[in-house]
Parts: sequence; C-alpha cells; structure tokens
Amino acid sequence: MNYAQGKRVRNVLIYALLVLGAIMFLAPFAWMVSTSLKPLNETMSVPMKWIPSHIEWKNYPDAIRGMGPFWTYVRNTFFLCIMTVLGTTFSSALAAYGFSRIDWKGRDKVFVLALATMMIPFPVIMVPLYSLFKALGWIGSFKPLWVPAFFANAFNVFLLRQFFMTIPKDLSEAARIDGCSELRIFFQIIMPLSKSALLVVALFQFMYTWNDFLGPLIYLTEQDQFTLALGLKAFQSQQGGTLWHHLMAASTLVVLPIIVLFFFTQKSFIQGISTTGTKE
Amino acid sequence: MTNREKQNLKIGLLFISPWVIGFCLLNVYPLCASFYYSLCNFSVLSPAVYIGGLNYKDLFTDEIFWKAVSNTFYFSAVSIPVGILTSLSIAILLNFNLRGRGIFRTIFFLPSLVPMISLAVLWLTMLNGQSGMVNLVLHPVLDLLNSLFGTNMRPPNWLQDERFAKLGIILTGLWGVGNAVVIYLAGLQDVPRHLYESADLDGANFWHKTRHITLPMISPVIYFNGIMTLIGALQVFAVPYVMTSGGDGPGRSLLFIATYIYQNAFDYWNMGYACALGLILFLIILSLTVLATRLSEKHIYYAGK
Repeated sequence: MNYAQGKRVRNVLIYALLVLGAIMFLAPFAWMVSTSLKPLNETMSVPMKWIPSHIEWKNYPDAIRGMGPFWTYVRNTFFLCIMTVLGTTFSSALAAYGFSRIDWKGRDKVFVLALATMMIPFPVIMVPLYSLFKALGWIGSFKPLWVPAFFANAFNVFLLRQFFMTIPKDLSEAARIDGCSELRIFFQIIMPLSKSALLVVALFQFMYTWNDFLGPLIYLTEQDQFTLALGLKAFQSQQGGTLWHHLMAASTLVVLPIIVLFFFTQKSFIQGISTTGTKE
Repeated sequence: MTNREKQNLKIGLLFISPWVIGFCLLNVYPLCASFYYSLCNFSVLSPAVYIGGLNYKDLFTDEIFWKAVSNTFYFSAVSIPVGILTSLSIAILLNFNLRGRGIFRTIFFLPSLVPMISLAVLWLTMLNGQSGMVNLVLHPVLDLLNSLFGTNMRPPNWLQDERFAKLGIILTGLWGVGNAVVIYLAGLQDVPRHLYESADLDGANFWHKTRHITLPMISPVIYFNGIMTLIGALQVFAVPYVMTSGGDGPGRSLLFIATYIYQNAFDYWNMGYACALGLILFLIILSLTVLATRLSEKHIYYAGK
C-alpha cells in the first residue's frame, strides 16, 4: 500500500466514524420531532415508527393549550432575557474595562478574586439570597432574576477582558492626550471596537436565562409569572409524563428558538466558546 | 503613590464598581450569611435561632446525606472522564482537515444548545424501558451479542432501575459534550504545524504524535475545561430533578447533593441544615479543585513559560 492509498483508507475510516457519531447525535432530535408529530397511539409502539402513519400537526396547538398560559410564558422569558442581556453586557463591559484598560495598583490580584467567584456553587448561596430577596419583598416577582445581572458576572467580565486586552494601548493613549475622559474612551472607542465580543456575551446570557431552571423555580410563585422552562416542567409533572406527543411538541417549541438563534449567529457562538477554553 | 497613580486607582475602581457591589452583595454576604445560618435553626418564616454545631453533627449521621454524596461522586467520577474522552476523540477526528468538517462540528455542537428542561423531558421518553429509543436500538444489538456469546443480556429499565438510573443521567449529559468539542478543537488548531512536520520527518505515527505532541500541547485546555466540568458535575440538579418529578429516584439513586440541599431548603424549609449542606458542597468543590490542580501540575505544559 503506497502513501496516497494509505491516506485514502484513513480518510474513509475517519468519515465512517464521524458519520456514525453524527447519526447518534442527531437521532434524539429526530425522535423528538417524529414523536411530536405522531398520533398518541403510535408514540409508544414497538417496534418504533420513525414516520407516523399521518402527520398530526394539531399536537402543537394542543400542547400550547395544555401548557396553560403559553404566550405569557413566552413574554416572561423574553422580558427576563432582554433585561439580563442588557444588564450583564453593560455592567460586565464596564468592569472588564476597569480590569484591562486602566493600570491601577492591585488590579490583577482583584481580578483573580473575581475569577475565584466562579467556583462558588449556587446551591451554597441560594438560601441567603432567597432570604435577602424575601426581606426586600421580591419573592414572587421577576426582580431576583434580573436585578443581579446589572452587577457584572465574573465569567462575562473574563470574556470581555480577554478581548479588550487585544485592542492596542496606543488608541487609548492618543485619546487621553487629546483630553478624552475614560468614560468617553469606553463608549466611543472600546465599545464600538468590541461589538463581536459584546455579541458573544449577549448570546451566552440569552441562552443562560432562556435555559435557567433553578432560579425561576425558587423565586417565582404564580403560574402567570413562569418562564418557558418552568412552564414545560409544570406541564410535564401535571400530566404525569404520559402524553409523549404533546411533551415532545412542547420541548420542540422550547428548543427551536435557541436553534434558530444559533444558526443566525453561529460564527460568534463558536468563536465565543473557543475563547472560553483559553486561560491566560 | 503619584497623583497619576491615585487618579488611575480612583477611575479603575469606579469602572469595576458594579462588580464590587455585586461581589459584596451576591457573593461575600451570602457566603458569610450561609455560614451563620448553618449554625442556626432557620426556616425563613421565623428568625434564625443559634444552635451551634448541631446541624453539622446531624449531617455526619444523616444516611441520606451520605447517599447523596456517594451518588454525586459516582456521577462525577464516571461522567467527567467519559465526557473528556468522548469530546477529545471527536475533536481529534474533526481536526483532520477533511471536507464537511464545519457541518460535522455543527451537528456535534447542536445538542449542547438544548435547554436542561427539554433535555430532561426528551431523555425521559428516550430512556423509557419499553418503548424508548435507547432500548429499541439496544435490543437488536444485545440480541446479536447474546446469540454470538450465548449470554442473556437484556436492555435495562434505565431510570426505574437503581443500578442504571445514574448511567441514564450520564448518557443524557454525554449528548451535550459538543461545547467541549468546540473548545478542544480550538485548542488543537492552535498547536503549531511545524511540530507535526518535524515529527513526520522522524517517522512518527499518529499515536506518537497524539501522545507526545497533541496531548501535551492542549493539556492547559483539558485542565481548564476539566475543572469547569468538575464544578458543574458536583452541582448536578436540573436533569435528575425533572426526570424524577422532584423526587430522588428508585432507592434514592438519583439523589444528588444539590437535590438534597434544594429539598431541605424549599420542601422542608430546613434552611439552616441546607446551608450546612451547601458549605460542605463548597468545601468538596474547593478541595477537589486544589487536588486536581496539584495532580495535573506536572502534566500541564504552558508554552509561554
């Protein structure tokens, strides 16, 4: 076997493995969508049918009705997503600027402290936070879920700081010599240059809020405040998990917006996640 | 300190002030309060009453707590290595510069976008013992193995079976390794080409190159990602919580530390005890992180240093 042949065999082997893996990773999606379009009596049939005997579109409106105030869930989820995205992007950018573009004594030590907060597990601080928000009368409102976003999040600060450090120092220096204030440098030079990094932070936060479960579970008390995630959980436990076609339709509805968002912003997503792995 | 330095310090602190306020109110205060509450009898509804170390004493004889600890350790000890191995293998395959690589990367990444709740609801049906997809696929495979080796293996009843419930959750989590795949792939692409070229000249094969170039070069990425996965795994909550409808699974096999903290805090309103449990979880996370750092120190290669 010569070199070219060997290489071809190798490539065929890699493709075979990748295709096998891809099938395994796609199968659950296929199962979800296929089940969501089946009539009830075919959802648990053995052997399973990938293609239902007829496509039951009405599972979707039925699932939406079954979930209760579905459109209220959607509105609540979007409200929280928008507030947390605005809050964390702005406050984390400010903090990241302070941690990267200004030289002050002890800066890097304080930054290590900021990174260390990522190690604090939420279950540890959940009880004091709950009683703090209770004392403020915030339980049963959206405030515990979005107000904290305005106080910068260590992970987002880290991501933005990484990016701000790649912007040449001379830009700020030139502006300073021209008598530009730091706040103006931040708003008019650094922010516009960092659109891609800000987008990454916004996307991550949007995903996080969309997916968050424990927070809403603890702080929200009334059904008309529920987020989509919480609504789906309530739907699942209320009907005992037997109506698979409706459950899968509801799951698809919760997943779909995120997938659509991903396809529109794929490049930023992948770039953002790639930088998460590099620790400086 | 010169005037300039003073000025910088002032402006710097001003910029990080949102973080400083958040750090004090959302990190330092809750941590201290948690420690105080852990020494109290506290139900939120009435003021906390100081009881000393009683919660910690109870904790040591609380069999349910130790069950939760051992479940959490089992889950982490299996899911982390399996996850790293899977994602690293996929990343290495994707790193061969083949056509269609972008499409494959997207396919492997997509499941990691699925919200925890949808993930739990989806896999709850997939892991169903009778008509779930996992067993419908497993059945013919095991039948074939049985006829070949004369064994009598049957697909397990996953979440209904004490011995397999945690493996079911691990399998669910494994579907979401795409995030790590993207991180590793980025790390692999940063490995300088010339290292492989000179290895090729020396006649090194794929395994040699993987062991002596690829793995050492991306060891910082593996380490960092591994620590993050560890911190996450020790807090596993949403998926088993939804899959068991807020319970703890057959024979308490799906009771994890975070689940038990949640139950104590919000089902039994036993918040002092929940805080004690939380601090133990924090200590576990801290010590395992330090341990992992010590163990890996010798094996991590930082190009810059």
